[in-house]
Amino acid sequence: MTRLHVEQPGASALVEDLGRPGLAHLGVATSGALDRGALALANRLVGNPDGAAGLELLVGGFRARFEGEAWFAVTGAWGPVSLDGHPVPPYAATRARDGAVLEVGTAVRGIRWVLAIRGGIEATAVLGSRSRDTLAGLGPEPVVAGQELVIGAAPAASVPVVDQDVAFPPPAGMVTLALLPGPRTDWFTDAAGAALFESPWRLSEQADRIGVRLVGPALERRRSGELASEATVPGSMQVAGDGQPTILLADRPVTGGYPVIAIVAPGSLDAVAQLRPGQEVRFRHA
Amino acid sequence: MSRRLLPSGDAALLVECDSLEEVLALHDALAADPPRGVVELVPAARTILVSIDPARIPLESAATWVRRVPAEAGSRVAGAAAERVMIPVSYDGDDLAATAALLGVSTEALVARHSSIEWRVAFIGFAPGFGYLVSDDWPFEVPRLDAPRTRVPAGAVALAGAFGGVYPRQSPGGWRLIGRTDAALWAPDSVEPALLAPGRRVRFEAIGVG
Repeated sequence: MTRLHVEQPGASALVEDLGRPGLAHLGVATSGALDRGALALANRLVGNPDGAAGLELLVGGFRARFEGEAWFAVTGAWGPVSLDGHPVPPYAATRARDGAVLEVGTAVRGIRWVLAIRGGIEATAVLGSRSRDTLAGLGPEPVVAGQELVIGAAPAASVPVVDQDVAFPPPAGMVTLALLPGPRTDWFTDAAGAALFESPWRLSEQADRIGVRLVGPALERRRSGELASEATVPGSMQVAGDGQPTILLADRPVTGGYPVIAIVAPGSLDAVAQLRPGQEVRFRHA
Repeated sequence: MSRRLLPSGDAALLVECDSLEEVLALHDALAADPPRGVVELVPAARTILVSIDPARIPLESAATWVRRVPAEAGSRVAGAAAERVMIPVSYDGDDLAATAALLGVSTEALVARHSSIEWRVAFIGFAPGFGYLVSDDWPFEVPRLDAPRTRVPAGAVALAGAFGGVYPRQSPGGWRLIGRTDAALWAPDSVEPALLAPGRRVRFEAIGVG
């Protein structure tokens, strides 16, 4: 049986698959990999089904030793990755021999690495998923130093031959995200609606799997008063009392009491997962 | 009965009603016979999120369905088919006597009312499996604690506002505790993880009074 012995988890190493959809009515968010495209791609590169469990590594500083041979691929963020000290090509399947040490350095672009290993990471599924939900505390505990992760049996599909460069690193500069109308757009002034699309925004330090807060001009409300808590979706942009928007992500509370001015289009959500604090963001109509 | 359809991305729409009562009636009506491609209904205090699979039903068709479904506030017809749950309770919560005093009734009267009426799970809020229960026969409005407890044990039977509830897992909380139950409220390994799922009818059975 192949194992991955984690020597250093780095800032955060979480087991994630594509989550547990359809349980919001019971108070359970979808969770799952924040950069879903990166997980699906990493899995495909090693012949796994898209939803096999991988590791989501925040920033970097991860080191682990293979016990047994395995194919693996690293996608998502961009930066130095090495196997026994030799550079590993990004976004490509690589074979690790028994005892090889994988090091994922500090991301220079994007912020979340995804590591997929052929066979997927074995962990006890909770509500049909091996994803760690950091808010609800569901799924596998965060990976710690010294932990042995068990790798599952090889899937039926072989490791595909990829004859094209599939690497597309997250952008270093300004990122443009597509917005759909939100349920409470009419709670905000016309000026707020215009500022949302015309102003540059910046990702704050308050950014995690629950949501990311943006810094920019205060979005003023047309109407005051309380909003009864209502269901949100991934990408819902809620605006707190101080006028600053927060984009709710995979581990969000499934209901919220702040008005949602807009919703980040599904096609732009993976890009949100790779934003770094301080990075500039602009919005366009989807 | 009014229903406002609000946008919520490309795979859901948010339906807003004027009252919780209308939400409950509409939820029953929508849940009774959803078209193919409607994957989830998420009720809240004034709204229901209708989630769809855009590959199986266009959002516009789902909107038309939601506009046309007949629902009558106060109708109990759909409720007759709802699943029923019995929860045994030891009425010995730390706030039982103080809550009864606050409401101007005896402890016995509060327990008798709580355990004799039929409740309904209106929606889930605040934590996985934490059902907000309502009843037409519950006359009380219970203020939350001024200072929430940092630790409320799983199974604590509690009151806040016009709602009843049971803490599914240990958590912080500001509801007033009137009893406790051994019933499994939250079972993440089960196919039905939440005992108090929206739409279910609930009765509490007194198995002891502190």
